[in-house]
Amino acid sequence: MAKVIFDEDRCKGCELCTTVCPKKIVVMAEDRINIKGFHPAQVIEQDKCIGCGFCAIICPDLVIEVENKGAKTCRKEC
Amino acid sequence: MARPKALVDMSQHYCPGCTHGIIHRLIAEAIDTLDIQDRTIGVASVGCSVFTYKYFDCDMQQAAHGRAPSAATGIKRVHPDTLVFTYQGDGDLAAIGTAEMLHAAIRGENITIIFVNNAIYGMTGGQMAPTTLVGQVTQTSPYGRQIETQGYPMKVSETLATIEGAAYIERVSVDSVKHIKAAKKAVEKAFRYQMEGKGFSLVELLSTCPTNWGLSPIEATDWLRENMLPHYPLGVYKDKGGEQA
Ligand SMILES: Cc1ncc(C[n+]2csc(CCOP(=O)(O)OP(=O)(O)O)c2C)c(N)n1
Ligand code: SF4
Ligand code: SF4
Ligand code: SF4
Repeated sequence: MAKVIFDEDRCKGCELCTTVCPKKIVVMAEDRINIKGFHPAQVIEQDKCIGCGFCAIICPDLVIEVENKGAKTCRKEC
Repeated sequence: MARPKALVDMSQHYCPGCTHGIIHRLIAEAIDTLDIQDRTIGVASVGCSVFTYKYFDCDMQQAAHGRAPSAATGIKRVHPDTLVFTYQGDGDLAAIGTAEMLHAAIRGENITIIFVNNAIYGMTGGQMAPTTLVGQVTQTSPYGRQIETQGYPMKVSETLATIEGAAYIERVSVDSVKHIKAAKKAVEKAFRYQMEGKGFSLVELLSTCPTNWGLSPIEATDWLRENMLPHYPLGVYKDKGGEQA
């Protein structure tokens, strides 16, 4: 199962990670702001994550860590 | 996928969505892969990346505006067994530092330049750079860059490829996952070539400046794709090691 972890207080709300997820499960948390004053990114429906790591690759602020233990690999871009 | 060891665990000062952060990560990952953290010396330049020296967990030096390749030359000659890289923006490298960059290549110095091309002066508030595109609006080209008065955008990789002393020159981009993966390979290759003593290398990375382009981070990556990629084609412009292989 792949797991995506966000270091939320490092997030600058740039939204780049939301554009690359093949499963469209990375979205902005409109209900809260972090210590920097931004709406942080988050993953909804964690179980749909395929562990491709795209969200972590595009994040300029090293907010995202993807644990990919035995997850299916994505064949789209890698 | 975790934070590379060669990057200090701290928040960086870059604007939201600025791709300087991605480039920092790629450099740190290359240092980790080659396992040379204790033998790496970076040279920070002047520009938004001036604080680079705080972010890499290796020895760092801060150089005067445009002079990073000269500082790197001295460091490398005194410590030939280390990996020496500079981190320079287009204002730093292609305007005030043109001579230093060019002559480091001409001398065939065994150093690596990480050249971040965002087509503008970021730190000082968005003035026109030598790399600003024709028609691009900046603080100092409010009607768009005009060829008649401001000339053509400078193509650094193409120019350096004509220089005999240059061993490896490649232009990459960090606008998409696919391009970031290719950029990672290019940075790693440049560092590997340097450790093998192959000579001068430069990796040009097309990068965004959402703040001074006046665009959201997502719009900025689209703008890079639509406007910079056609004028600055990606690819290997010189590969001496590759020619021998
Ligand atoms: C000798 C000198 N001249 C001018 C400046 C002002 N200055 C600071 S940064 C900069 C250019 C930065 O642009 P770039 O290298 O493209 O880096 P970016 O900020 O876009 O990452 C200039 C002209 C300076 N600091 N020192
Ligand atoms: S790892 Fe891939 S599938 Fe999972 S959240 Fe990130 S981009 Fe989406
Ligand atoms: S890319 Fe990184 S900084 Fe930007 S919104 Fe996503 S997690 Fe936050
Ligand atoms: S001004 Fe531009 S280059 Fe500088 S940190 Fe902000 S977005 Fe990045």
